[in-house]
Amino acid sequence: MTHHSPLNQFELKTIIPISFGGHDFSFTNSSLVMLVVAVIISAFFSYAMRRPSLVPSRFQASAELVYGLICNMLNENVGPKGKPFMPLIFSIFLFILICNLCGMLPYSFTVTSHIIITFMLAILIFIVVTIVGFMKHGTHFLSLFLPHGTPSWLAPLMIVIELFTYLARPISLSLRLAANMMAGHILLKVIAGFVLSMMFFLKPLPLPLMIILIGFEIFVSILQAYIFTILSCVYLNDAVNLH
Amino acid sequence: MELMSLKFIGVGLTTFGMLGAAIGVGSIFSALLNAIARNPSASEQLQRMAFIGAGLAEAMGLFSFVIAMLIIFS
Repeated sequence: MTHHSPLNQFELKTIIPISFGGHDFSFTNSSLVMLVVAVIISAFFSYAMRRPSLVPSRFQASAELVYGLICNMLNENVGPKGKPFMPLIFSIFLFILICNLCGMLPYSFTVTSHIIITFMLAILIFIVVTIVGFMKHGTHFLSLFLPHGTPSWLAPLMIVIELFTYLARPISLSLRLAANMMAGHILLKVIAGFVLSMMFFLKPLPLPLMIILIGFEIFVSILQAYIFTILSCVYLNDAVNLH
Repeated sequence: MELMSLKFIGVGLTTFGMLGAAIGVGSIFSALLNAIARNPSASEQLQRMAFIGAGLAEAMGLFSFVIAMLIIFS
């Protein structure tokens, strides 16, 4: 009998083993869920816009709602200069949102609970922000590390502190999403174990708690996708409009 | 004492990190209630900011959970 632990749900199971020159590129259950997520997103938007009209049908209006949400987010945080970043922020938001929500389905796999996936997303944002900053402002971009009006004796310390804050951004961004997803799903598994095993004592208690926790976890999934995206917009604002 | 039992003690002590997160989130929402009471017409924008702030503050509590996982599994 296998040892049932709440951490078994995060194991990677290879579905199609592929190996290139000694490295493992297998198609795992994580890859399968990511593929399903990409198919869902593409299918939704291409089906909603298959006959675009100025007065939208209901399906088109729902796609326009999502587009409008991201457009407003970029407009508020970055301003008109943020328009070129629309595809990036749109893709990041939808990928994280649908990945998180697919993790809530029974017997499915939460892709964003692995730190490597969220770290790659955060490093993508970090590299894009840094390169955009250097391309737009040249070496003047380094004035980001010295806030306006610091006394000159404090400047070296401020630069070191601001540099470390800047470098901690991808770590905190990725860790927040991965830890939220992992902790939420571990909690769900632990309470689910109680639902079955507490059948004789306090019988009606664990099941309503389980239902409430699933609802809360869906809320946290959507909220964490939104927070990741809005923090990416804030970091873009730092790079595009220096303060 | 053997290593495994010390690890368990350490993991149990890291749960005190959640205290800071709980205080932080409570403080954010108390400020939200105050602000909505003063200016009910800005309530939607304030709520959006409050949820973002709560997500950020909650992350710190979850970092302590990550340290607990690291301690017990390595």
